[in-house]
Amino acid sequence: MAERIPMVALSPTMEEGRILSWKVKPGDAVKSGTVLCEVETDKATMEYESPRDGTLLKLIRQEGESVKVGEPIAWIGKPGEQVPDDRPQAAPLDKPEGGGKPSSSPGQKPPTPPPESEKAPLEKQPEKAPSPAGRGRLEVPVAEGGIVKSSPLARKLASELGIDIRRITGSGPGGRVVRRDVLRFQESAGKVEGGKELEGERAVVAPSKPAPVLLDQEIPVSGMRAAIARRLSESFFTAPHYFLRVAVVMDGLLDARSRYNAEGTQKVSLNAFFIKLAAEALRRHPRINSTWKGSTIHIHGSIDIGLAVALPDGLITPVVRNCGGKGVREIDQELSVLVDKAKKGTLKPEEYTDATFTISNLGSFGIEEFTAIINPPGSAILALGEIRKEPVVTEQDAIVIRRILRMTLSCDHRVIDGAVGAGFLRDLKGMMEDPFRILL
Amino acid sequence: MPVITYREALNQALDEEMARDESVFLIGEEVGEYNGAYKVSKGLLDKYGPRRVIDTPITELGFTGIGVGAAMAGLRPVVEWMTHNFALLALDQVVNNAAKMRYMSGGQFKLPIVFRGPNGPAEYLAAQHSQALQTYWAHVPGLKVVAPATPYDAKGLLKSAIRDDNPVVVLEGELMYSFKGEVPLEEYLIPIGKADVKREGGDVTIVTYSKPLKVVQEAAELLASEGIQAEIVDLRTLRPLDEETVYRSVRKTNRAVVVEESWPVCSVGSYVAWLISKNCFDVLDAQVEMVASEDIPMPYNHTLELAAQPSVAKVVAAVKKVLYLGE
Repeated sequence: MAERIPMVALSPTMEEGRILSWKVKPGDAVKSGTVLCEVETDKATMEYESPRDGTLLKLIRQEGESVKVGEPIAWIGKPGEQVPDDRPQAAPLDKPEGGGKPSSSPGQKPPTPPPESEKAPLEKQPEKAPSPAGRGRLEVPVAEGGIVKSSPLARKLASELGIDIRRITGSGPGGRVVRRDVLRFQESAGKVEGGKELEGERAVVAPSKPAPVLLDQEIPVSGMRAAIARRLSESFFTAPHYFLRVAVVMDGLLDARSRYNAEGTQKVSLNAFFIKLAAEALRRHPRINSTWKGSTIHIHGSIDIGLAVALPDGLITPVVRNCGGKGVREIDQELSVLVDKAKKGTLKPEEYTDATFTISNLGSFGIEEFTAIINPPGSAILALGEIRKEPVVTEQDAIVIRRILRMTLSCDHRVIDGAVGAGFLRDLKGMMEDPFRILL
Repeated sequence: MPVITYREALNQALDEEMARDESVFLIGEEVGEYNGAYKVSKGLLDKYGPRRVIDTPITELGFTGIGVGAAMAGLRPVVEWMTHNFALLALDQVVNNAAKMRYMSGGQFKLPIVFRGPNGPAEYLAAQHSQALQTYWAHVPGLKVVAPATPYDAKGLLKSAIRDDNPVVVLEGELMYSFKGEVPLEEYLIPIGKADVKREGGDVTIVTYSKPLKVVQEAAELLASEGIQAEIVDLRTLRPLDEETVYRSVRKTNRAVVVEESWPVCSVGSYVAWLISKNCFDVLDAQVEMVASEDIPMPYNHTLELAAQPSVAKVVAAVKKVLYLGE
């Protein structure tokens, strides 16, 4: 019976591969081990060997196409056997219901219903930090055309080891994943992840040769990292960025904050002031608080400001909603709850998505100034550097010491022209230096 | 420990039980004057006389029925069938009377009876006389079925069968009668319903019983020379089955091959394979393989006759299949 040959993981971290060239053509007889095609993985170009004997009936995917692990690339069967026309193939692997039961019988099935667009499944997933438990659980391996062939023991073992069985190349009949495949996969993954063990081994085996200071590592891309990579690439390579830079004299604001903090029971963070002041400036320059929609520009009624928070592997932007109508203390209270949740990884999607404006503050790292990549769907992001004492020449040509903050506004030129961005930044600077201006 | 034949072991069992219990008697074709078609009952007529060692005409249904009646009346008959091929004529007495009477009388009747004789192919006997018919007996609730593969097991199981208050079918084998093995002088019993691990190993479980044990043992040695350690589970009793011993082994090896010499369709082996698939599903790394006789009437041509039965090569191939070795 003809069988769909799936793309397999040719490296422990491979999630998709690009078919560089087919080495066989429809009608060719292939044996188990015959090189079917060359595949560019995330690491190298690998030869994909046929998992079974038979005749190559049809290519499902063409040269140059990227194929996710588990998706079919070709049909192999008996000469002359008819196979369904199942191009294009973009069946989602991560069906939302994937954690339940296998959705198809193992037997031959009519081709799956018309697939959704390839992006759909990714976009549906909120970019949240996936919980470790959720990632580790074995999802029922639903691949195109039925379940991943695997022995019960292999499945059990993979589940216990937290390995997604779809990533394992099967060596059994018809590509069945069996115990030894899981163990081999585990072993190769272990070499990558068990850095410490390797270091020890190396020291014993080759004492004369100095070991490198760092070890080569392949780190699996987490869901959060993938989301950061995708969103920021999309932003940076789609939105034409330009950058406006100003230096702000902070003495007035810092003194005022000290005074308020001295009288209140709860200290208000500087970031809460920045958010409040930015909100006031945005209120006066609504064009900055907007989203590029292609044929329209959406000006947001609510000023929802995200603050970038660094996490051990990644970052997240908790969002304070409707800052326009809130005071500094209220913003500060909300912010502290959100930042706390962000660090614990318990933010809900509605608490970190759809910021209309974002602030990124690297001042605590001693960064003088920097530029940030716009966080969509916003059209601008404000990058704040360190507040440091600097000599400043006054109007009266005297040199005085002032506390200076350098900040950079990144703008999407599709939405915000230079003068519009500059107007916003001028007003923001003015309010930061003289908060009374908020009243004007 | 003395080494004796399977035939002698059975003879000892009969002799010891007849001496032990006066209600035990032997009935069948040629069991007396001729000392048994295969000499299993040698010397018993001389020792116990014609009232306890009874020659019958060629009437399987008749003398089997006499045995069933005698058992109901309180005696402990041992009915010898010259072969299980002929026992097909007695099927009604065994299936409808012996197996049912205790149940249908609400326990008022016990059926302490043994049916025994050679089963399975021998040599040059052609289609009608060369059949492994264990399925016919093992299929029936109310019967116990034992299939010893060694002289030691044969003696211990026949003695247990004679002492059992239920009908027990004992499967012997023409070619097995001359098998030799150690049998202790002192008395012993082997409980019905207990399998025996004949060889320990961690790589694959081979479940078998009766004559094919020998083929399996040879295959295991061959495999061992290639570094594959097979564990051999000899079922010894087909009904009731010692499932736990089978599962324990499969849980250890994660693979199972079932070997038997009956036809594969609806056989004891297929049933065991299903049990393993069901109860060891999560620990199996391969499908359960089976080696049985080919699904054909036994050919008379000797080459074909041998080719139709389980062989060392077939067992080795099946083992390699579940180990994913070679093609």
